[in-house]
Order: sequence, then structure tokens, then C-alpha cells
Amino acid sequence: MKVIVTVNGSQIEAEVPDRTLLVHFLRDVANLTATNVGCDTTSCGACTVLLDGKSVKSCTVLAAQADGHEVTTVEGLADGSGAMHPVQRAFQAEHGLQCGFCTPGMVMATVSLLAENPAPTEEEVRSALEGNLCRCTGYHNIVRAVLAAAPAASERRSS
Amino acid sequence: MIPAPFTYKRASSVDEAVDLAARSGEDAKFLAGGHSLLPLMKLRLAVPEVLIDIGRIGELSYVRDDGGQILVGALTSHDELARSSVLASELPLLAHAASQVGDPQVRHRGTIGGSLVHADPAADLPAVVLALDATLVARGPSGTREIAAGDFFQSLFETVLQPGELLTEIRIPKPPNRGWAFQKFTKRAIDWAIVGVAVQGGNVALVNMGQTPVRASGVEQALAGGAGPRDAAAHAAEQTSPPADINADSGYREHLARVLVGRALEEAATRA
Repeated sequence: MKVIVTVNGSQIEAEVPDRTLLVHFLRDVANLTATNVGCDTTSCGACTVLLDGKSVKSCTVLAAQADGHEVTTVEGLADGSGAMHPVQRAFQAEHGLQCGFCTPGMVMATVSLLAENPAPTEEEVRSALEGNLCRCTGYHNIVRAVLAAAPAASERRSS
Repeated sequence: MIPAPFTYKRASSVDEAVDLAARSGEDAKFLAGGHSLLPLMKLRLAVPEVLIDIGRIGELSYVRDDGGQILVGALTSHDELARSSVLASELPLLAHAASQVGDPQVRHRGTIGGSLVHADPAADLPAVVLALDATLVARGPSGTREIAAGDFFQSLFETVLQPGELLTEIRIPKPPNRGWAFQKFTKRAIDWAIVGVAVQGGNVALVNMGQTPVRASGVEQALAGGAGPRDAAAHAAEQTSPPADINADSGYREHLARVLVGRALEEAATRA
């Protein structure tokens, strides 16, 4: 079927098999390979992207379901000049990653969280990241990064 | 993993969905959020020939106060249930249980209707609608029918819905006794409950204590007879047939049921 998805602001149009998963559409059709396939069973959250602004696990969404909708991947977070998003900067500053495989999903889940709750408590952050697994077990710095990002992300949205 | 090949169709209204299903044969399935169906399809545990995407039917996503009852559209997502101000004031049990399903990403996509028709006895919302004495409304080729939640769940992953019938609405009477609680025990936050319990007033329903969600009738009778939470909870595992699996054996689940029901009844009593 023909699918048109707005990915990071650009319309991507392609003829794909009906069974194509969104994550494969992003990686193989749109050539945006930052979104990782981890567990492939809706558990680990490595494939998290935003669908119309809300976090989803793109291994469990059909490209057809995203047809006509907007998707944001981690490649789409930097602004026009290439400056990183406040959440990306916070992950860097707080060392919120070790091997980095879960990071695109962690960052996108965080962007979704901060859009819904601009000033989360530490407990709320931990609860909001329940769907994202870090096999390096680097959770403490990830949580620290999210808490550090919250004011800056809020400022960016209101500007 | 990708699903086996299928033909994707899209419905923009309930009428169109029912019509498409009637013309698509018995191997057609409705696709809502896809968070029960797509994982099964990737594992080849479900191999439908046709998927009818109902996810864009806006008319099925709502929570309304209808006076004596609350009406919930089948396509309302877990996240929308959790954030509903109507549910927060009238049916906090449903709002809270929905906020405990899976994780945020799953709650953004998963729907109450999808969870109910999937009929996984380990899922949270089937037991919740059972505790709330809900009525489920289904539309099929021969019209609309209402099914009591107690008659809806037949067996593991099996409901009374016929092929081509679409769950459209959940009707929940406003509970006379407002005490409620929801408890579940999991190994990881995102796991299905090893055992769970939903309490609304004197109604007690159990998650993962049999082939379907079940009412803990022994507990309910004890409560009706004036027993306190701890004494009533001792009956929690009666007439259940809990599964044994990698997470727990049946005896452990029976123990958990008694413990969780006791905690839930005590919690509900503080809100009554």
C-alpha cells in the first residue's frame, strides 16, 4: 500500500507491504537508523518514537497506522542550526548513557514525558521510563539527565 | 520479527467496519491500537488474512457521564482513561487501573476495547469491568446487542463475540458503594500481573486466577455477611483455578490472591 508519513517534518511517501512495521519504515525506507530495534516485543522501548507527539514503540505500530500522521525520531530533535535538544544535552552532560543502544528510545520517552509533565518528580520520572530498559543498568544517570532537562525543555517549548 | 502477510483495510466508521468484516471472511480481525494483536501476529500465534484498522474511528473514543452510568467508547486509550476527569470523579477504579497498564508507550496506543476483546486473564481491565458490573455493547451484521461483563469472557483469549462483531461501548453503572482499590503483583513494572484484584464496594474480581477474569464470590459472600477485610480475604482463592507458569505455581497464586485481596479491601474501606 502507499503510505505517506511526515517524519521529522518531511513527507516520506512509499509503496510498502501492508505488514511493514513503523520501525522498519523509519530505518529502511526513510533511512533514519537512530531508532533501534531491541527486543521487538513491545518491552524494551529502544524503538520509541513520537507519533503525533506521543511516545510509542514503533516495533508495534504498522506503517499503515502512521499513514497521514507525524512521526518524530531522535534525528528530528536538533533545531535548524543543528543545536541539540535540551534533553539530548542533558543526557550528554549527566552521562545518561553507557553503551548508547537504549538512548534514542530513552530520549524520545523523555521528550514525551516532559511534554505531558514539564516538572516531574524523581518518582514520576522513574515511573514514566518503565517502558524503557537499559541493559547497562545505567538508570541513575538517566533519571538525573531527565530531571536536569526538565526546566530547559520547558523553556524551549514556551519560547 | 514481522507479521505474516495480510491485507490491510481501513474503516472510518462503525458501519464501514462491520460491513468490511462481513465481506472479509472469518479470518479477518479488527485492529485497534494493536498492542495485543500485533505482538501475537509477530509470533504467528495469530495469522489473520485481513486486518480491518478501526483505529481512526473517532466516534468510538470518549468517556461520557450519562446520568446513572458512565459510557466509555471502545477505542478510548488507556492514557485517555487515566486522564479522564469524568472517571477521576465517578469511576476512579477504572482510571487508576488504566494508569497501571503496561507502560506509557503502551498506554498511548492500547485501548480498553482491545484489551477486553483480547480476553487475556492476566490483563487488568477485564477484571476491572467485571468488578464494575459493566455492560458491553457490540455491533454486528445483525444489529447491536448488550452483553453483561460476567457473560462476556468465555475462556483463555475467548469471548462471546462472533466473527464480524465489533465491541463499541462499555457501559458502567455508577457504583452505589464508592470504596475501590486495585492491586497487582508483578516482577517488573511492565509485566502482566502474576495476580491482581479489583475492588468496587462489595464486588471483588481477580486477575490471572483462572482461564478468565473471575469474581471472588467467596469473598463477596463473606463481606455481605459482615466479615472484615482479613476474614473475607481468606476466601479469595476459593473456586479459582489459577495457572502455573514460569512466574508462579498455582499455590503461590492462591496465597497472593489472599494477600492482595486483604490489602485491597482494607484500602477500599478507607475510601468508602
